[in-house]
Amino acid sequence: MPAVTETRETVEKLAKSSYEWGFETDIEMDIAPKGLNEDTVRLISEHKREPEWMLEWRLKAFRMWLEMKEPEWAKVSHPPIDYQDAHYFAQPKKKPGPKSLDEVDPELLKTYAKLGIPLHEQALLAGVEGAEDQKRLPVAVDAVFDSVSVATTFRKTLEEAGVIFCPISDAIREHPDLVKQYLGSVVPAADNFFAALNSAVFTDGSFVFVPKGVRCPMELSTYFRINARNTGQFERTLIIVEDGASVSYLEGCTAPQRDENQLHAAVVELIAMDDASIKYSTVQNWYPGDDEGRGGIYNFVTKRGACRGARSKISWTQVETGSAITWKYPSCVLAGEGSVGEFYSVAVTNNHQQADTGTKMIHLAPNTRSTIIAKTISAGRSDSTYRGLVRMQPKARNARNFTQCDSLLIGDQCGAHTVPYIESRNMTARIEHEATTSKISEDQLFYCRSRGLSEEDAVGLIVNGFCREVLKELPMEFAVEAQKLLQVSLEGSVG
Amino acid sequence: MSTGTAVQSSPALSAFVGRAAGHGSVLAERGIPTRRVEAWRYTPLRAFTETVWNEAPALSDHDVQSLLDALALPKAESRAVFANGQEAASQTRLSENLVRSQGEAVDPLEDRFSAILNAALRQNGLSIRVPAGVAAGTLVLVSLTSGNAISTHLRHQIVLEDGASLTVFDFNAGDGQYVTNPRFDIVVGKGAQLNHVKLQREGADAGHLALVYASVDANGNYDSFTLNQGSELARHEVVATLTQAHAQVHVNGIQIVDGTRLNDLTSMIHHAAPDCGSRQTVKTVLSESGQGVFQGKILVDRVAQKTDGYQMNQALLLSDKAQINSKPELEIYADDVKCSHGATVGALDDEQLFYLRSRGVPEAEARAILVQAFLLDALDLVTDETLRDVLIRSITA
Repeated sequence: MPAVTETRETVEKLAKSSYEWGFETDIEMDIAPKGLNEDTVRLISEHKREPEWMLEWRLKAFRMWLEMKEPEWAKVSHPPIDYQDAHYFAQPKKKPGPKSLDEVDPELLKTYAKLGIPLHEQALLAGVEGAEDQKRLPVAVDAVFDSVSVATTFRKTLEEAGVIFCPISDAIREHPDLVKQYLGSVVPAADNFFAALNSAVFTDGSFVFVPKGVRCPMELSTYFRINARNTGQFERTLIIVEDGASVSYLEGCTAPQRDENQLHAAVVELIAMDDASIKYSTVQNWYPGDDEGRGGIYNFVTKRGACRGARSKISWTQVETGSAITWKYPSCVLAGEGSVGEFYSVAVTNNHQQADTGTKMIHLAPNTRSTIIAKTISAGRSDSTYRGLVRMQPKARNARNFTQCDSLLIGDQCGAHTVPYIESRNMTARIEHEATTSKISEDQLFYCRSRGLSEEDAVGLIVNGFCREVLKELPMEFAVEAQKLLQVSLEGSVG
Repeated sequence: MSTGTAVQSSPALSAFVGRAAGHGSVLAERGIPTRRVEAWRYTPLRAFTETVWNEAPALSDHDVQSLLDALALPKAESRAVFANGQEAASQTRLSENLVRSQGEAVDPLEDRFSAILNAALRQNGLSIRVPAGVAAGTLVLVSLTSGNAISTHLRHQIVLEDGASLTVFDFNAGDGQYVTNPRFDIVVGKGAQLNHVKLQREGADAGHLALVYASVDANGNYDSFTLNQGSELARHEVVATLTQAHAQVHVNGIQIVDGTRLNDLTSMIHHAAPDCGSRQTVKTVLSESGQGVFQGKILVDRVAQKTDGYQMNQALLLSDKAQINSKPELEIYADDVKCSHGATVGALDDEQLFYLRSRGVPEAEARAILVQAFLLDALDLVTDETLRDVLIRSITA
């Protein structure tokens, strides 16, 4: 069968294509010594000029982490991680604000250029004085350049609307009451091994607070970049949306090419009150490792949203194409009556990538609804698993869930797995689940080919069609990037 | 979502281990799994640890006869009766098409607790083979248990040589507080056909941990149907391997759970050869505080191209206190396959109920009709009409 042969060839070809966003920037850094102990935690807290309660919180989490075991249930394998052999803090050296872009560290500007950040926005990010008055942009960027938000843009514009969007370390100092009240309330430090680790050593991340009735005037965006060698990234994001308010948050990631595995253990907490809505979109394309699977990022993330208020809504959309190992289950706890949880996911694995991802929908209240659409594409020698939980608690009267998991296999050396857990304790709750596994059918290919498309274009078209239900959930800017990413990730095999 | 080899503390081990010590089994080191062991996360064996299970004393011929009389067994070419773990020779008569054999060792399945327990305390069950090309009709295999704080661990072996066929009606019943832990080793030869219809109607206080291991050769067919209707806690577990091309496996079943009972159907269908097919339909009806568990895994090896796997699992909840836990799982390493699974959970449809009520059907009756309708398309999968009727009578009784 020519199609199979060609697919195999193209997958092999793909392995040779190098990582497009693999680059490294040389900037002077403040780096904490390797290793993890209470002193490391104290050092981070001190560097961040954190109040005493925060340090206590971290230490408590650290002590819990010491007692915990690394989870083994995910369908991924990797050499044991030496948690003592990493830096837990890296901070670019601060200079006084440059007068213009010419004074900005050229290495930094190069990085921004590769990330595709427009020039005027670069000025803002680099902290050029007066840059904020120049132009109003529709997207606010909080760039996480290694562990510290180098600059936060549009803070003022957002503040006028009453929206707080700042690095979490600023929030800890400036809005301690909010942070105290909500941090760890969705993902407690003891939740799991990686969440405890993150709670102890998180260095930065974003904080968003949207007050009552405010529709956030722009989409909020964070670019995550892992930059220095051997620094783990432990981002912490906290988003609180009050009654009737709404926000759309974008998260996108690129990382430089390197040869040592890097651990990334982020925690994201979302809180939605009455009638609030949060849309959280992720495009993740961290370095997946070379064609032998050496080097990529380990991405062990805990993301969870709490629909606390009635009729609140949390929607997760993710396009996962990068990382050597992905361990990620963005979840919704539907505690408010009539609240809605959504999960739309495309996970692409190639070469030796491993992804174990999915979601949890915990229905606690009556009339709650959830939708899960998960598309998994495996190519090369990769393994991809959908692992999900739908749970209807006794009070979830008339709750509804619909789940659809589709897997597409490209080549005969990869694996695709589906592990859904379905638990119902309420007779009026309804759950529907369906899953399929297939390959691109000869019929579909033939149809496209007979209309003059090349094989590669045809496969590209079919894959994009396979993912369409998820891609259409992404905000415009992201949808374009995501489609491009799918192409790059499956380069060769899908045109 | 957790695995691991959590072991119950030592007092719990004494539940079975005292008797097993001399058998050099792995039971002592493994212990009784807790809910932290992934395979048992929904089916707690804690209750098993509160009793010391003794070897079951033999039942008198008279007792066996009176237990059998209560069962209304279907007529068949062959019958084998086991009472409290021992063959009741006076009740057993096998047709000449069933040849007694020595059970040979097959896969020990040491990662499965039911298998470990059976290996540690095994008792001789029925070991037979059906010679090549012989159609051996139906065998009624009855396992009766009566008594308290006793357990039985029968090991049966059924080998169908190439082109042979056999229908087994596997009937489990009893009274008292006991544990039955039967294991079947089934080998289906090339082009052979085994229909395995099981009725699990153990006593209301009983525990039942059954394990079926089936290996199916080219063009062979292992077609099974299980009605899980008894026991305080029961697991029917199937591990089926399709070893050669064009083999077929069906693991269908119905679970009817009421009271505070828990019934569990766990299966692993392993496609190890190309061009094979597997079908699975499992329906569970839950009332009162009943708990249902379904864990179905389809594993498709890299070589098993052109696999056609289908799995459907539906649960009907009739009470606010009932609970269903379901885990349909696909693990696939071949790209040219067609595998799908579906699962639904819900209550009776209000509109359907209204339709019947508006036509004058009393509520209770209307509900019963709808429940039966729900089960019927699964029961249709039992190809043997006599046995299907036995199951229907068991459900409607």
